Amino acid sequence: MNQKLVISPSPHVHGGDSVPKNMYGVIIALLPALVASLWFFGIGALIITLTSIAACVFFEWLIQKYLLKTTPSVSDGSAAVTGLLLAFNLPTNIPLGLIIIGAAVAIGIGKLSFGGLGNNPFNPALVGRVFLLISFPVQMTSWPVPITSRLHYIDAETAATPLSVIKEGVSAGQTIPELMSEIPSYINMFIGNIGGSAGEMAGIALILGGIYLLWKKIITWHIPVSVIGSVIIFTGILHLIDPSTYADPLFHVLAGGVLLGAFFMATDYVTSPMSRQGMLLYGVGIGVITVLIRVFGSYPEGVSFAILIMNAFTPLIDRYMKPKRFGEKVKTVRAQTSK
Amino acid sequence: MLKTFKKGGVHPDERKISAGKSIEILPLPKRVAVPTTQHIGAPAKPLVKKGDIVKTGQLIAASGGFVSANIHSPVSGKVFKTDEVVDASGYRKPAIIIDTEGDEWDESIDRSDKLVKEIALSGEEIIKKTGEMGIVGMGGATFPTHVKLSPPPGKKCEILLINGVECEPYLTSDHRIMLEKSEELMVGIRILMKALKVNRAVIGIENNKPDAIGKLTNLAAKEDGIEVQPLKVKYPQGGEKQLIDAITGRQVPSGKLPIEVGAVVHNVGTTFAVYEAIQKNKPLIERVVTVTGPGITQPSNFLVRIGTPVGQLIEAAGGLPDNMGKVIGGGPMMGKALVNLDVPVTKGSSGILVLPHEEAHRAPVENCIRCSKCISACPMGLEPYLLMIEAEKELWDRAENDNIMDCIECGSCSFTCPAHRPLLDYIRLGKGKVGQIIRNRN
Repeated sequence: MNQKLVISPSPHVHGGDSVPKNMYGVIIALLPALVASLWFFGIGALIITLTSIAACVFFEWLIQKYLLKTTPSVSDGSAAVTGLLLAFNLPTNIPLGLIIIGAAVAIGIGKLSFGGLGNNPFNPALVGRVFLLISFPVQMTSWPVPITSRLHYIDAETAATPLSVIKEGVSAGQTIPELMSEIPSYINMFIGNIGGSAGEMAGIALILGGIYLLWKKIITWHIPVSVIGSVIIFTGILHLIDPSTYADPLFHVLAGGVLLGAFFMATDYVTSPMSRQGMLLYGVGIGVITVLIRVFGSYPEGVSFAILIMNAFTPLIDRYMKPKRFGEKVKTVRAQTSK
Repeated sequence: MLKTFKKGGVHPDERKISAGKSIEILPLPKRVAVPTTQHIGAPAKPLVKKGDIVKTGQLIAASGGFVSANIHSPVSGKVFKTDEVVDASGYRKPAIIIDTEGDEWDESIDRSDKLVKEIALSGEEIIKKTGEMGIVGMGGATFPTHVKLSPPPGKKCEILLINGVECEPYLTSDHRIMLEKSEELMVGIRILMKALKVNRAVIGIENNKPDAIGKLTNLAAKEDGIEVQPLKVKYPQGGEKQLIDAITGRQVPSGKLPIEVGAVVHNVGTTFAVYEAIQKNKPLIERVVTVTGPGITQPSNFLVRIGTPVGQLIEAAGGLPDNMGKVIGGGPMMGKALVNLDVPVTKGSSGILVLPHEEAHRAPVENCIRCSKCISACPMGLEPYLLMIEAEKELWDRAENDNIMDCIECGSCSFTCPAHRPLLDYIRLGKGKVGQIIRNRN
């Protein structure tokens, strides 16, 4: 007996889950939307996606190796996820330089300045996206027309998104039924045949990806359902009050970034609450703020801002919304009966 | 839909490779080391000294209080000395070391295989005798059984639950007892029912043991008030609170005992020991131990005398594999890594698991990515990620408010964590500190 025994506390086995498994799971779930994006936007989508992923991975490696002098962790896949999500939130005719600036902000400021994966309070891809939106509003809000712009990048023909058509039309005094003829059919919106950010348009592809995430237990239903549900309920109430000023709930779910946000951005592990009840509150917050911005704010779209605002509330939600403890219900029942 | 507990839980690979192996009697060891603390509570006080001649089953250490247990000699022979030995916890514990000579049993013990169905003793006598015979919970917690059979004044037991879940991967000792000692088990349940004055008992068995479910269901059909409840396979269903939730739907409140919801839980191994104690006058001197692991050539279930060194069990199961990394007393989820192979089998040893080198090491720890999977896995509804941070930062009052003391140390959080964080290590540390603070306050 001269072999050494290994000593450690229990448990002595591990379930085999890992950070890369979750990150690559998210990338797989984003593939249908990527395919749709390549189909409708062609070469522009390809260029910005590759640039964004490469830039995010590069900046993570560069900053970790030379600035922070730590072992680069790019192989965990989180920088690639940020890159993919950043690209999905950009118009497909955006100049390369802006993508690189966005990637540098997302990874450098959004993620690594707080201590890297796990420590960032705000969703890094959205930090990059909103930085670009505020700094370069013109380039960030010119949307290539799908299919016809497949072979064009910077020079793609552009058109307004359904959300900005509605926003500008309503403020110019037109009614929703009049404006409906100016926007693509809901079927086209569902398959992604509309103008908008690279990866946010194809509803069917995003829902497929979301189902994959749920099936693989990478996310739970709480955040997507509460985001989409609250958008439907809030816009539904507004639509019932005045159908000529407020678009119907289906329009609000299919247009813009609600589906991408609900399944992929709001569910970001690091920046969303931990308890189930907390997730529901957070999701409702995102849905309500999104609709407030879309309907009453000056931007046509508000998903990014809504998620970032709720990100800021996450520590507070975690502090006060605790999971239901084992035996808690029994305790209250007993307390009531003993009175 | 099979019943199970409602909150959290995980499903590790079951790996019950020794399930088909009948219980074999392990040859007597040459020397046994019998610790005087094989149970929760006060240590037993040794009654023998160096040079004394003892018989198998003779009382050698007396219970040190109400929450304590008698200890009997597992072999016959001469007391070599009383000394300290390292037990499964890794600490040195006082023990009585006996050199085996022959196997001469105390005359009062009935060693025949004959099934004795008639229960002659009254409820009070049963409880007293359970204490005398040194019976403790054999599922691993080793809480003295006579204490669990004596509900505090004002509390009434409504239902007896028999724990045949064996939710730990690899372990099969309870499974074999259910298959091979089924009739004795039924009598044991009757004895416990009589002591607790209840007319309903439910045996909870996970659905991965269909043979045990079938056999006990047939036997229970002939008994009044005993039933078998198949359960969905989910860890940690063998936890007392989880089992009560799974079978009755009642949840034991934080900091309370199962009797609060009218339930008492006993493990099948304990129930069999109670049968032998009451009907055969046999003290707890031997138990069934599974010896298993990926590299073990003959995974086995042995009937082993208490005090036998684990090395002898491993030899009998084919010896240590070359790539051996870790020897665990108990299952892979809650067992303790043993420091050497001289550690004796005690009343709470349900298995010896040998893990190969490549499975014995943990993966490097990464940042918490806040995936909340530990919260989903926690059967007690706690926030393991937060309790770990609070323990790291020594925020004991916050840890107490976040119910750290409710943790049952099942390890589901660490098992699940994709960043391989040592959640339970820190929570255990926190529990120790917070427990100390609470005791000092009272």
